[in-house]
Amino acid sequence: MKAFETFETPTAARVNYINAEYGLKSWLLTRDHKRIALLYLGSISVFFFIGGLYAMFIRLELLTPQGDLLSSTTYNKVFTQHGIIMIFFFLIPSIPATLGNFLVPMMIGAKDLAFPRINLLSWYIYLLGGIVTIWALLAGGIDTGWTFYAPYSTTFSNSYVVATGAGIFISGFSSILTGLNFIVTIHTMRAPGMTWFRMPLFIWAHYATSLIMILGTPVIAITILLLAFERLSHVGIFDPANGGDPVLFQHLFWFYSHPAVYIMVLPGMGVVSELIANFSRKNIFGYKFVAFSSLAIAVFGFLVWGHHLFVASQSVYAGMIFSFLSFAVAIPSAIKVFNWTATLFKGSISYDTPMLYALGFIGLFTIGGMTGLFLAALAVDVHLSDTYFVVAHFHYIMVGGTLLAYLGGLHFWWPKITGRMYPEGWGRFSALVVFVGFNLTFLPQFIAGYLGMPRRYHAYPPEFQVFNVLSTAGASILGVGLIIPFIYLLWSMRYGKRAEPNPWHLPGLEWRTPSPPPTENFLATPIVTWEAYEFAPPEEMEVIGKFKKQELEAVGGEP
Amino acid sequence: MNLADAVPIEHEASHPALQHHFENLEQQREAGALGMWVFLVTEIMFFGGMFLAYTLYRTQYPAAFASASNHLDLTLGAVNTVVLILSSFTMALAVYSAQVGKRTNQIICLVFTIVLGLTFLGVKAVEYRDKYVDSLIPGKLIPGRPFKPEVQEHGTPYDKHKLHLLPGATVKNVEMFYWIYFAMTGMHAVHMIIGVGLLSVILFFAWRGRYGPEYHNPVEISGLYWHFVDIIWIFLFPLLYLLGRHLEH
Repeated sequence: MKAFETFETPTAARVNYINAEYGLKSWLLTRDHKRIALLYLGSISVFFFIGGLYAMFIRLELLTPQGDLLSSTTYNKVFTQHGIIMIFFFLIPSIPATLGNFLVPMMIGAKDLAFPRINLLSWYIYLLGGIVTIWALLAGGIDTGWTFYAPYSTTFSNSYVVATGAGIFISGFSSILTGLNFIVTIHTMRAPGMTWFRMPLFIWAHYATSLIMILGTPVIAITILLLAFERLSHVGIFDPANGGDPVLFQHLFWFYSHPAVYIMVLPGMGVVSELIANFSRKNIFGYKFVAFSSLAIAVFGFLVWGHHLFVASQSVYAGMIFSFLSFAVAIPSAIKVFNWTATLFKGSISYDTPMLYALGFIGLFTIGGMTGLFLAALAVDVHLSDTYFVVAHFHYIMVGGTLLAYLGGLHFWWPKITGRMYPEGWGRFSALVVFVGFNLTFLPQFIAGYLGMPRRYHAYPPEFQVFNVLSTAGASILGVGLIIPFIYLLWSMRYGKRAEPNPWHLPGLEWRTPSPPPTENFLATPIVTWEAYEFAPPEEMEVIGKFKKQELEAVGGEP
Repeated sequence: MNLADAVPIEHEASHPALQHHFENLEQQREAGALGMWVFLVTEIMFFGGMFLAYTLYRTQYPAAFASASNHLDLTLGAVNTVVLILSSFTMALAVYSAQVGKRTNQIICLVFTIVLGLTFLGVKAVEYRDKYVDSLIPGKLIPGRPFKPEVQEHGTPYDKHKLHLLPGATVKNVEMFYWIYFAMTGMHAVHMIIGVGLLSVILFFAWRGRYGPEYHNPVEISGLYWHFVDIIWIFLFPLLYLLGRHLEH
């Protein structure tokens, strides 16, 4: 209670979702989407840290051409586990489960998600899946690569395939439930006047993401289930020894796992749309195009999985069609990039930390996307398949794209989430460090891969060493750049400057409520009469409604 | 949604079933129903993976699939189909009774639905047992009882416990059929068990008189789920039981 006795700013929130209840139980049994977002934030940070540790071992091993630090078996496990933890337990839940969970109801003017209990359940399922996976890693680990290709995973691998698969199977349901909750919330819970085309683009991106979550995730669930049964009891639809077809596994796996890439990057695009429009203080260029390009990416994303099978005995004709469709995905992606840049044109741009991340995103996502076209081209892919070029390509999308958007979004909404400002100087500094470190890590990998360095080996020919030394040096810088925000964000939760309700002076609904928001998000049900990104004079962007007297008295505040 | 919908109606705003984050019962009902539909879409994708595997291997090994299918018990399968369709009918009546507020009818219909669901599961168990007796459980699913059916020799008297292989069929590929059969019907049975559990909870609250014309959302969405599980079976029955029946004997 003591922390709330004095207020530096008269408009600071006296009654909010953080001080509404106290105690561990009030957090573990909460149904408040904002608290659940924080639970997710904490847990995915732990998994990000674990995944980062594995990355550190990979980079240390590759510092020298000899396989000296880790044996080949251990190295196989380390890169597999890096992939599994980062993809299933960090990247997929990252933006939707934290920022999405926090903001989807707030941006459309709802009091909560449609199914608060299911929302809490999804966190527990995620946690259970994570614990099972961690147990499998501690018990002996898994060495199949995050792709689990049969028949190696079903017959030959001597590691914890079933236990890890169980962890991923379980955590998949948390993703399904989150997607389901978002779709229903966006359909049925919008505030009066919040029409579909008044929704912020963040919401459109999350709607598209949710579609992929509910359509894709069940397929990986059944695939892993069949894989586990095949391994346990030698019944099989994937093992050629049983008359099965291992390529069927690859089809089923990538039917989810390629769209999963869009689960990771679409929310990031939603964040960047917000950042670009808001820090240019301009309506986004081509709102409807950006909104529909999210849906287009979700739809096309389901039709391109075959580009992972170009060298896996897929027919050439299928390959040509998949190649063409993969090129087609570039169209909605390019629409976004061009519209973001067009929004910058003649905008009143301010280079705050979130904007630095957003600008970084545009550049790095463009590189990641363009190199994707190299890989979608049939003949080039034969040369580049399974090389470090692929590794660099998808890290540009996942780290240069998703992670940067996640950090940018976290900084942007940090005052709303915690009611405190982060230190701007440190923020800009670390954004720069992350950008430099990231490029130094992954740019050399494009070259090494193009020259023929294969992925997934712990030793390599000495001529590739220079690229790997650069990459390892970059990874260290990147690591430092990620530790700095971790420290100052934690610090700011207690010592940061108290945040205004609307520190950036923006029109979005989430800024028209106190920071941090009250439990039911708004002091009164908002009635939306303005378009998305409609910038107005400050007095028209004030907090909606007033504090109730009894609520203030309950926490000892003053009206 | 227009403005008028968002204004809470006085008597509804105090309804005990209305959750705090909804404006009114109508919004809550809409959200619940849409949520179930979205969930059913995920279920279609879940079963879809198995339907894909079925399609692939049926095209690849048509003779083996027909032979294996002929060994399934058509009578029991057909009885189960009728049982499930009947249960869907009683379920629909239960929803209707809840909507018009007839508590007794609602309870009777729910009991019938649950009993029919349990009947289905019982018949399924009998079928599974038959497969066990004939050593048709694929792989090493049952420890100590690997897949090892006796094959009917050409020209010997008909034995219903023996596998009658059509020309071109191999025992290995018959095993593939049985794996798909057990995976699909097993997953369907799991959904049936969940459905029976769900309806038991609904029955308990119906007994307490919670559902009426004003609030019957849980009955409705449980009904949606139940019908969905039925429909899966409607697809499974012909695909698994009715292959190449004309080639028998």
